[in-house]
Amino acid sequence: MDEIYHLETPFNAQDIEPLRAGDRVTLSGVLYTARDAAHRRLLELVEQGAALPIPVEGQVIYYVGPSPAPPGRVIGAAGPTTSYRMDPYAPKLLEMGLKGMIGKGKRSQEVVEAMVRYKAVYMAAIGGAGALMAQAVKAVRVVAYEDLGPEAIRELKVERLPVVVVNDTQGNDLYIQGQKAYKRASA
Amino acid sequence: MREIATEDITSAVKDAVIKANYELGEDVIEAFTAGLKEEESPVGREILERLIENARLAAEERIPICQDTGVAVLFVELGQSVSVVGGDFNQALEEGVRQGYEAGFLRKSVCDPFTRKNTGDNTPIIIHLDLVPGDGLKIWVVPKGGGSENMSRLFMLPPSAGWEGIKQRVVQTVEEAGPNPCPPTIVGVGIGGNFERSAILAKKSLLRPLGVPNSDPDLAQKEQELLAEINKTGVGPQGLGGRITSLAVHILMMPCHIASLPLAVNIQCHASRHLEIVL
Repeated sequence: MDEIYHLETPFNAQDIEPLRAGDRVTLSGVLYTARDAAHRRLLELVEQGAALPIPVEGQVIYYVGPSPAPPGRVIGAAGPTTSYRMDPYAPKLLEMGLKGMIGKGKRSQEVVEAMVRYKAVYMAAIGGAGALMAQAVKAVRVVAYEDLGPEAIRELKVERLPVVVVNDTQGNDLYIQGQKAYKRASA
Repeated sequence: MREIATEDITSAVKDAVIKANYELGEDVIEAFTAGLKEEESPVGREILERLIENARLAAEERIPICQDTGVAVLFVELGQSVSVVGGDFNQALEEGVRQGYEAGFLRKSVCDPFTRKNTGDNTPIIIHLDLVPGDGLKIWVVPKGGGSENMSRLFMLPPSAGWEGIKQRVVQTVEEAGPNPCPPTIVGVGIGGNFERSAILAKKSLLRPLGVPNSDPDLAQKEQELLAEINKTGVGPQGLGGRITSLAVHILMMPCHIASLPLAVNIQCHASRHLEIVL
């Protein structure tokens, strides 16, 4: 992996333009959590022309459904969920100014193209390392859809959450590049 | 006739689901350490190191290894000389899961397929019950995450496909899954039986601790052959490229219909949680 950046959220175009697939980033600031169910509700509001419960412009959404916080902690385990389930909803949010998404796993061609068109990045956190990822979370507040339980939208205040850029504003894809570098011919 | 009380079953299952979600098995941690020696990618090695650190943190701080604490799958071997007293056996298992997920601050991840409304207590659970000789009760608690389950596949192959066909489908399943099921994975392969049995065999194969070879020497050799092919794909830890795409391949096999060659591939993420309890 190439460069190491430290970025604060929300993002502006200048923050993310230099990022390339393979760069490591530590993120600080506010992230909003959302999984499939929350995305579905957000997009229903967009269709109705109604106000959203969270800001989108410049923001970063973390695809996570944390485990409940035990006493004395702000959050339980908090690693990323698989991102493709949000693919049907992501292009619209990118069009509305969303600048970053954090998850794990491949995105659809539509989402990759939308990231190029609207200048946004997709970053991966380590899937299954929920205890480790939670260390970066300093404060949590439920902002919408509390009835969804683990799938509610939460505002997370994070300090130096470690992620890696998978898709950049140029259409590069670290999953494709990484696998290609280590693929061997079959016997 | 040995009597086992349902309240003892509930209490044992409650403790087991919590322990399974907080403490990654030594076998898995040893497999990460072994993988570190073989991994060629610097990023891959760093990820394996982080996974070892994650397991240590979870155990020390008493939080789940992964926020996806899964659907609770229970493989149960109930001795036929056991009399379960004090209530309904299945409900006793389910109550253990209900209590454990609440008391252990584990995520409830079960919902209605259409409305997607969470059932709120991580039930219903999945029980695979075998009646066996003797007066023991053995339960394997296997919390299974959604990410790796979603990348699992079942193929009803023509018998002509043979071992080569099986190999090709298993490798294809792992490669297509790429980063999604949280590699390095463990690949459970069920061969034979019928449609549903092959899937259960694939899942059951994951109960075997890592590092323990298949008791059938031919299958043990086939497992190694498959693992070598899978680790040529280059998917690597977290799909970011590398050698260690999978930590192991486990096969369970049984005879099948003369017209069929059922094959199930159950992918297990690196947070491979399986805990055996004996009552």
